[in-house]
Amino acid sequence: MSPQGDGAANAPKSMTIIVTKGTLDWAYPPFILGTTAAAMGVDVTMFFTFYGLPLLLKKLDLQVSPLGNAAMKMPMMGMHMAMPNIIGMLPGVDAMASKMMKNMIAKKGVASIEDLRDMSVECDINMIACQMTMDLFEYKLEDMIPGIKLGGAATYMENALKSDINLYI
Amino acid sequence: MADQVLDAKGLNCPLPIIKTKKLLNSMATGATLEVLATDPGSVADFAAFCRTTGNEMVEQSQDGSVYRFIIRRAV
Repeated sequence: MSPQGDGAANAPKSMTIIVTKGTLDWAYPPFILGTTAAAMGVDVTMFFTFYGLPLLLKKLDLQVSPLGNAAMKMPMMGMHMAMPNIIGMLPGVDAMASKMMKNMIAKKGVASIEDLRDMSVECDINMIACQMTMDLFEYKLEDMIPGIKLGGAATYMENALKSDINLYI
Repeated sequence: MADQVLDAKGLNCPLPIIKTKKLLNSMATGATLEVLATDPGSVADFAAFCRTTGNEMVEQSQDGSVYRFIIRRAV
């Protein structure tokens, strides 16, 4: 029997992740950890709230902004370069930086967020869209991918209280 | 010779693990899977994956930049 099945009540381990950020860079940690945990036999719940909620939209167009992101140094001409804020604020710079990041992601064999999200659905991750955020930002259930549930803080808490790992990202 | 081979060369974290798990699920208990990967992080990750899931790391080797793992599917 696997170590996952040897727990006190023979229950698998479980993990919850609160997903609060929806930019191209911040979308990675929750989906990477969620899919990997599921592959390791962990029951995973992901709760999408505030700016994390749009990660459940059918059509994703994720962006990353260098503005105010001093740690974002892109490999360029053999060096690593950060973008000065005065350039980062110009129109079109976010789109350009996002395109560069997506090219790098594809070139380095890193999965796209779309792929990781498909895998999350496939491995039965319990994905909950925050109802309050849906109302606040005026999203409808039909805007979202199928297979998700709606819930609020109490729904999250019920899952979190019985989980071995609870993350806020 | 392993029962199945997964070519995960060129793929980065967490794809080699996810694809391995997916393939193991479709295999019989006791069957072996050979995984080829180029992600240097896969050495530590496959060891952790096997310890946690109970699947057995039968063999592990490196040929240049290619890492090779043979994993036996647990119950």
